[in-house]
Amino acid sequence: MIGLLSYAVFFSTVASILAIAVLGLNLQWGFTGLFNGGVVAFFGAGAYGTLILGGTPQADHLGGFGLIYPLALAGGAVAAGLLAWVVGVLTLRLRQDYLAIATFGIAVTFENVMRNAEALSGGAKGFRGFERPLRGLFGDGFAYNLFFFCLVLLLLVAVYLFLERLVRSPFGRLLRAIREDEDAARSLGKAPARVRLVSFITGSAIIGIAGGLYATFYAFVSPQDVLPTLTFQIWAMLIVGGAGNNRGAVFGAFLIWGAWTASGWALSRFAPVEAQLYTGSIQYILIGSIIVAMLLWRPQGLLPERLVLSQSGQPVKPRQQGA
Amino acid sequence: MIQNLADGILVGSVLSLGAIGLTLVMHMLRFANFSHAELLSIGAYAALVFDGVFAAILPPLADRIGPLSMTWALVLALVVAVAVTGASALVIDRLVFRRVRAKGSELSMVFASFGVAMIVRNVTGLVFGLGTQLYSKDIVFAVVVSRDPMLLIKPDQVFVLVATLLVMVALHLVLSRTTLGFALRAVAENPVLAQVNGVNLARMIALVWVVGGGLAAIAGVFYGLTNQISPMIGRDLVLPVFAATIVGGIGSVYGAALGGFIVGIAANVALAVLPSGYSPSVPFLIILAVLLVRPNGLFGEARA
Repeated sequence: MIGLLSYAVFFSTVASILAIAVLGLNLQWGFTGLFNGGVVAFFGAGAYGTLILGGTPQADHLGGFGLIYPLALAGGAVAAGLLAWVVGVLTLRLRQDYLAIATFGIAVTFENVMRNAEALSGGAKGFRGFERPLRGLFGDGFAYNLFFFCLVLLLLVAVYLFLERLVRSPFGRLLRAIREDEDAARSLGKAPARVRLVSFITGSAIIGIAGGLYATFYAFVSPQDVLPTLTFQIWAMLIVGGAGNNRGAVFGAFLIWGAWTASGWALSRFAPVEAQLYTGSIQYILIGSIIVAMLLWRPQGLLPERLVLSQSGQPVKPRQQGA
Repeated sequence: MIQNLADGILVGSVLSLGAIGLTLVMHMLRFANFSHAELLSIGAYAALVFDGVFAAILPPLADRIGPLSMTWALVLALVVAVAVTGASALVIDRLVFRRVRAKGSELSMVFASFGVAMIVRNVTGLVFGLGTQLYSKDIVFAVVVSRDPMLLIKPDQVFVLVATLLVMVALHLVLSRTTLGFALRAVAENPVLAQVNGVNLARMIALVWVVGGGLAAIAGVFYGLTNQISPMIGRDLVLPVFAATIVGGIGSVYGAALGGFIVGIAANVALAVLPSGYSPSVPFLIILAVLLVRPNGLFGEARA
């Protein structure tokens, strides 16, 4: 029983962390229409940033600034935001698919640099030497996992509420206006490129927080954690859940992560031994098929975007004239 | 350094062929196709299969041509691979892209292409195995062109370069001298106006896929001939091919041809300065540089 509960906590922690990343992507894609093809670069920037800032000093790579945890996590988010700024400034004023290509490129490059720059990231061996926050208080067992799950859940709720407020604010309306008709927004004196940049950086910083939490959970990060596959998974979560709907984003994260772990378990349990090597390939085909199938048959996702009307929708009654 | 330059030109010829197909598709259908590099992979594997088939049917075909490691069987297999890959591109369009195009935005297409790339790459891995393969296990020795500076070139590489240039000239003649070429360019410029003038849009789109797929197949076989064949060809080439397209300017066939050589040369010459582990990062640096200096590429026009 405790085993099951312990696994439920473990599963929910990872799913909640991914849900935060999906929420960040939802701000970019769902509400602003920005295609981030390199989610994992911002996730990774948050992960490496947090560990470098919050870790203990290491002989063979950078790190050991030993900042208190909230500052380290915030630093990871800032690192992701800075990366987004660089890409965004260069591409957001160009045709839309440039952003897709540039973000995809930065993800490839990020993984490549982390794998090779041993002095910065520990190289392919990964980044060690990070003490999980409040470990002294909760130890290493189930109690710690429960505590960490609560922390992640708290941040998930905070990010969710922040985004819900944001998209209902005037700024949120502006995002949708630009997504739907850029020229119209510009004619009203808005600066689409600037608004897009703000949205892109904010979304990336949120993805960075998710990365920071992920690295904290394992107290370790390596280039293996920042492969392009993660970008696909996070995208699949958003598309299945419903782009433009924050509840859909969270729902999709849990659903797809559940399907991913379940399929991995089923394949390792029931597939013949000689097929085990190909477990990853089969899972990727499944996730690719889910993406394509959703686009073909239910592009709005399971929980579609709810249209927010600025007016009640009731026709205004004509005033009595000439009474 | 000279060696890097020579290697770069050879890699560049593969990238050019890939980029020409990609730039046509991106220009005509207006989306960044992340699955284009998978067509190179399809071409390389199709040729591998038919190379074996032809060599088994007619053993004399398995003889090497002169100093090349290439056999007559592989030449025939290349022709079949061009057809197979063009057909695959067409089928993928019918099954996925055309339907998404009918209902979604351009960015849905980009996303669909991510999914398609993932499916194609992993199905290839399932069918052919995750390991690397070669067309010929014979070792072909490189010819020493010069000893100081050291320059080694394999006969295969010279063949690849010459064949690439011939394909480009042929494509240039088709695009600039035939009605078909005019129709293709007209549709890319202004689809509505082209239709008014009696150009069949659906047929032109199909043609672009077939041409793009065919060029990708040639590129894939040449890549397999000078490197090795693996399911990761698509993953490794997608960014360099995009870089070549962006350098040349999206929509410019000549730009893409030139862009391929520029990216190939830059990536290889950079290895003289950078540790070799960083080579996958070079295409991204090139993209960044182009976006900073000349966002529409060498020959591209601004288009929203």
